[in-house]
Amino acid sequence: MDLILELIPQGAQMILVLALAPLLLGYTRKVKARLLRRRGPPLLQPYRDLLRLIRKEAVLAENASWLFRSGPYMIFSATWVAAALVPTFATGLYASWTADLIAIAALLGSARFFLGLVGMDIGTSFGGIGSSREMMFASLAEPAMIMIAFTLALLAGSTQLSYIAQFMLTHSSLRVSLGLALAALVIVALAENARIPVDNPATHLELTMVHEAMVLEYSGRHLAVLEFAAALKLLLYLSLIGCIFVPWGLAPAGSSLTGYAVGLATYVGKLAVGGFLLVLLETSIAKMRVFRVPDFLGIALMLGLLAMLLLFVSRSF
Amino acid sequence: MPVAIVLASVAALLATAVLAVAIQGRRSASRLIYLICLGACVIGLAAASYQLVHGTPTAPELHLPIGLPWIGAHFRMDALGALFLCIINLGGAAASLFAVGYGQHETLSGRVLPFYPAFLAGMNVVLLAADAFSFLVAWEFMSLSSWALVMAHHQDPENRRAGYVYIIMASFGTLALLLAFGLLAGPDGNYAFATMRGAPHVQWLPSLVLILVLLGAGSKAGLAPLHVWLPLAHPAAPSHVSALMSGVMTKVAVYGFIRIVFDLMGSPVWWWSTIVLGIGAVTAALGVLSAVMQRDLKRLLAFSTIENIGIVFIGLGLALAFKANGMHFASALAFTAALLHALNHSFFKSLLFFGAGSVLSATGERDIEKLGALIQTMPQTAFLFLGGCMAISALPPLNGFVSEWLIFQAILVSPDLPQWGLKLMVPAVGALLALSAALSGACFVRAFGIAFLGRPRSPAAKAAVETDVFSRAAMGTLLALCVLAGILPGLVIDSMAPVALGMVGQSMPAQTGIPWLSIVPVAESRSSYNGLLVFVFITISTLVAIEVIHRFASRAVRRGPAWDCGFPDPSPATQYTADSFAQPIRRVFGPAAFAARERVDMPPPGDARPARLSVALRDLAWDAIYAPVGDVIIILSEKLNHLQFLTIRKYLSLVFVVLVALLLTLSLWN
Repeated sequence: MDLILELIPQGAQMILVLALAPLLLGYTRKVKARLLRRRGPPLLQPYRDLLRLIRKEAVLAENASWLFRSGPYMIFSATWVAAALVPTFATGLYASWTADLIAIAALLGSARFFLGLVGMDIGTSFGGIGSSREMMFASLAEPAMIMIAFTLALLAGSTQLSYIAQFMLTHSSLRVSLGLALAALVIVALAENARIPVDNPATHLELTMVHEAMVLEYSGRHLAVLEFAAALKLLLYLSLIGCIFVPWGLAPAGSSLTGYAVGLATYVGKLAVGGFLLVLLETSIAKMRVFRVPDFLGIALMLGLLAMLLLFVSRSF
Repeated sequence: MPVAIVLASVAALLATAVLAVAIQGRRSASRLIYLICLGACVIGLAAASYQLVHGTPTAPELHLPIGLPWIGAHFRMDALGALFLCIINLGGAAASLFAVGYGQHETLSGRVLPFYPAFLAGMNVVLLAADAFSFLVAWEFMSLSSWALVMAHHQDPENRRAGYVYIIMASFGTLALLLAFGLLAGPDGNYAFATMRGAPHVQWLPSLVLILVLLGAGSKAGLAPLHVWLPLAHPAAPSHVSALMSGVMTKVAVYGFIRIVFDLMGSPVWWWSTIVLGIGAVTAALGVLSAVMQRDLKRLLAFSTIENIGIVFIGLGLALAFKANGMHFASALAFTAALLHALNHSFFKSLLFFGAGSVLSATGERDIEKLGALIQTMPQTAFLFLGGCMAISALPPLNGFVSEWLIFQAILVSPDLPQWGLKLMVPAVGALLALSAALSGACFVRAFGIAFLGRPRSPAAKAAVETDVFSRAAMGTLLALCVLAGILPGLVIDSMAPVALGMVGQSMPAQTGIPWLSIVPVAESRSSYNGLLVFVFITISTLVAIEVIHRFASRAVRRGPAWDCGFPDPSPATQYTADSFAQPIRRVFGPAAFAARERVDMPPPGDARPARLSVALRDLAWDAIYAPVGDVIIILSEKLNHLQFLTIRKYLSLVFVVLVALLLTLSLWN
């Protein structure tokens, strides 16, 4: 019985991230359109898009393999599990000790591994270009993420996100290392979610596209699953930044219903603010050339390394 | 008694080698020989794992009256030896099973069959040896038999060059180890490990031994900059031997390093670890960067072996640093992580080499630019190879992730180290480790994507057929082990507890009692990982997603031509190639790591000749060390050449002068 009671918030979180991810996407599109003085699609448009996509028939290239058909589900489930393990409205959920921040980063790595593979399955030049560039970005973004994880772990004495969030709540203070880690995490988040200035989520049929190039051959339900996974990933990164750097409002383990409700409300508030800031950044800068991106990500890696080095020197930074 | 059983299986292997000479040329010879090897390895595995699980800390020593008359040959299987015997015999059994099928394709089986059992026997004896003499003899036996296997296809000039470089480096390595043991044994010649262990040493001596061991065992393991022979020799051998050399023989080298540095040399000094850490980190990063640039599938795997050996040595370096500072708990964590990575690597690297061998026998190609779409023609091999790629790219929930995660956890304990040198070095090592982990993902996406996905790039790739059942069974077994070690890492870690206890004085806390089979290296508040639950979660959420989609979505599927933005080109040559896939990474890291230079030759308008892009990558280690050393040797030998043409009078006076000089030196010395 206790087990079931403990599992309920965890299950709720799994459903919550699924339910909110398309909404977040619709929200960012809406805000972006308003900032550009357009009216923009309705907030619920991504749900409609997904529904429309899964009702359509899937068109596969003649030489598509079993990996091409099963890949989207693998990508989706790895992203979903990772998103469900990041604290959203509460810490210390039942499965929170299953994987720490390093493992969550690696789960996203699994999703990217399959995305890179399915991009190459049909054997088109666009798929190859997307996979190749995505892997190059990842080769810098992943170590930057590990450096961030190290920085947080050295401060909080734990790589578990729940413990890190608790630590940030109780020992909140301005630190140089935290500032560096935040900057690095924002850069990584922009690159991993294919946002401007690294990649343009609204682009299509351009030689500069990366994420869209890999999923170019997909249609119907497979495309819907992939789009959903991309939305989940955006949600994951905003939750991650929220739970580490703005941990206020997170309900501790074993809270009452009111506690959870407060947590949920603040979580939605954090997503709204985070999404707004993301769009504000996106509308104020231009997209980079592809070979400027390694420099950009290199900055994230160096910031992370610097933050970690400072903490190795003294825990007071 | 496990030692005797393993020695008996070694004797059986040696007898098999003789038998192979006797029956070579018969039709079923190869199948018979490999089946016997399989049996011998399984027996060795059983004995070693029994010793590992039930063994007492003071394993008995077996003394045989062979070898040097005044010491004889000592054999002993302690926990460390038993663990590595498990790795070797497991890899050997898998390779033999694979070869039962694969060996049928071998055209020159007379050149492979006798040396294969001898190679296995040599590796087993290295791990059993309890005195320096038997150790070195077995080590050299292992080197020479593997050299013979590398030279099996000596008609190819590239293989001859590989064999030449290999034999030079192997002899150099043995020489370094010989000197190391000589220093450890002291002037009295205490060649038995038991007497070496307690012997007192002059202050500077262990440091010198460490350098020699790094040269000797490190060159066999493939540490930079002594790695140059490895990507030449490992791919040159037949694929099941490549798997043994890469997956297993490098572990024998790791064993040699651990045996001498952690066991025989006594308590370490902290700055040793900086050398090991630095070399390990550079090896890891350089190995994987080189792997990303390769077109030859087997050479790519060999470079990736170098990377993984670097990771193992990072773990060992951390263990040394902690041990030197008396942090036994952290030392046990880093040491166990290194051992676990060595074990994991033997699983997935053998699996990948078997896959490469299957591709080679099905298509006759090692160049991935000439493959493609093998997932259509060899679906089962493709699935198994994909599993190996996932494991080696450290993706959860497979095994490669667990060991890298443990090394990361060990890095997170290291701010407590008192020395500033280490405090500044460990974060950089951590960054290089993270970089190599990410690049190995890119490397294997590229390898699998170009070789197995896309459209066939050559008629041979199009005509490939699925490999035989023995090969698939061997790969399937290894993949199952990768999955099991990934989702139940606690069991594997616990089985390594006696090894860590013996070498660093403490072991990691028992993992099997933790609820839900999580692994908790330090404390639950610090970090925990549960491969089983991650596996279950991923499976459940995949099933849920599939179920929901298939219930509510349209199930219609239409096959059509590829979309490709409306301009699909029917020629497979328009696909992304391996080189173009690596281009972004080459552009980012190439100038620093390989002095890479790209030259574009673009004809002016009106000129009909094609534009050309040429890429030049240089091996900086070869340019900086090997080429100058080779030049010096050539110059010296030319200078000394005229000594060959002296008169007898001059020779006699030369001998006299040398004798006087030596006697003079000796008298001054005393």
